[in-house]
Amino acid sequence: MKTEQTTEILLGVLHEVAPDADLSALAADADLRESLELDSLDFLRVVELLSEQTGHDIREDEYPRLSTFGSAVEFLSGG
Amino acid sequence: MGADMTEGVLLEWLVHPGDTVRKGDIVAVVDTAKAAVEVECFEGGVVDRLLVTEGTRVPVGTPLATIRTAPSTATGIATKPGPPQEQAPTPSPTTARTAGAGRTRADEKEREAGQRPAEPGAVSHLVTSPLVRRMARRYHIDTDTVPGTGTGGRITRADIEHTAALKDIRAAPVERIRGAAPRLRISPLARRLAGDLAVDPTALVGTGPGGAINASDVRRAAPHPAPSVEPMDRNAAMRATIAAAMARSKREVPHYYLTHTIDLSAALAWLHDRNLELPVSGRLVPAVLLLKAAARAAVAVPALNGFWVDGSYHAAADVHLGVAISLRGGGLIAPALHDASSADLATLMADLRDLVIRTRAGRLRASELADATMTVSNLGDQGIESIIGVIYPPQVALVGFGAILERPWAVNGLLGVRPTVVASLSGDHRATDGATGARYLKTLERLLQTPEEL
Repeated sequence: MKTEQTTEILLGVLHEVAPDADLSALAADADLRESLELDSLDFLRVVELLSEQTGHDIREDEYPRLSTFGSAVEFLSGG
Repeated sequence: MGADMTEGVLLEWLVHPGDTVRKGDIVAVVDTAKAAVEVECFEGGVVDRLLVTEGTRVPVGTPLATIRTAPSTATGIATKPGPPQEQAPTPSPTTARTAGAGRTRADEKEREAGQRPAEPGAVSHLVTSPLVRRMARRYHIDTDTVPGTGTGGRITRADIEHTAALKDIRAAPVERIRGAAPRLRISPLARRLAGDLAVDPTALVGTGPGGAINASDVRRAAPHPAPSVEPMDRNAAMRATIAAAMARSKREVPHYYLTHTIDLSAALAWLHDRNLELPVSGRLVPAVLLLKAAARAAVAVPALNGFWVDGSYHAAADVHLGVAISLRGGGLIAPALHDASSADLATLMADLRDLVIRTRAGRLRASELADATMTVSNLGDQGIESIIGVIYPPQVALVGFGAILERPWAVNGLLGVRPTVVASLSGDHRATDGATGARYLKTLERLLQTPEEL
């Protein structure tokens, strides 16, 4: 999947789970859970939505790769 | 005004010099950071002088007015909760202080004492304050047509509101006074219920004394919730609710606190294996294991699962686990996960997700807000090590979980690194002693060592 496409999906998913967050202020290397104040259920929802929308089966041991915006885009783009 | 309040704004005098007041009469309304509070007087007598004008910000302890209790004596009106006896009759004139007698709306019994029935035949065209006059103008109400229920038949703000409600012209938004919700004549229980049931109390017509809205009025309106409450009001109301509950807890409940660090390696290994086989939607989060264990431990130690009411403990039949859920944008609600001890993990996980979603969307059921038998506060996701919580009365225990962290752990004389969690128990010392709490935490630990049986 192209980087622009995954970026768009990720932004959409994060906006859905944390509608109040200012995603434009999100640094690529900032911890997603921390900066968006996601709890474990929020994070699970992010994983669930990303899984659905990218068709990428995300295993639990791959969660660390979703820790930052940059790493998540890389992971979902097949990096 | 509440022990944690430092100042307030005197919004409205409901009496004037020369008025005769009775014990329990509400004589003024004071706006504070958290909620509007009504100031009761605890002595009957004649209002002598008002020392503070409307709109004035005053620190707690400021004299508000003087009341003559007998031909030549006076006593005070004040604005801080305290037993009425603190305002014992004074043989010589004393000034009212913002430190003795005001009651928050959250205090039901006290508020009820302050609700005066309309005096029969007391129709007066006196308007008590500019505020009331302004209100009347806003509602296009001719004050000559309003029966006053205030002291000496004066028209109070509640009378205007009641009349306006009867005229069904409440649809026009009331000008907010300093961001506070309009002060209705409403019992604190009704106000809480209104918040819980998403009923807009300003749309109700009260059937209580003096047109006050009581709990049954709100319940009647509940099947038709009007969730059109402005966000600001909701936040303010929530803060007020939290403030009232937590202040009451710290005022009334002698807490004891226990903590215990629990090895979660078995639980997390089991969880990990289980989740590997499942699609995302079926996966469990560690919090569900902790909640289930907390509920099961509550079954094992029933002395912690119930309510302290009227001086004695009442054990609950089921475990409805209150789950403290923080709201995006601030605030906290602890709705109940019903029958948490008997639901299997998958069901509990689904229930928890559903509960969190509905909590954040403001779509909770009344029962979920009413019947939690014990509360769990899990601050683990915030990454902090432990939480020592405040009990939510009338519950008698609160369980806290910090973050699951790897810690050095000694096993059989060897040091290893294990994922662990610090579990805490805040107990109501009136209902139980530390030994009971200790048994609870040890049970919790034991249950978490065999996750497959949870």
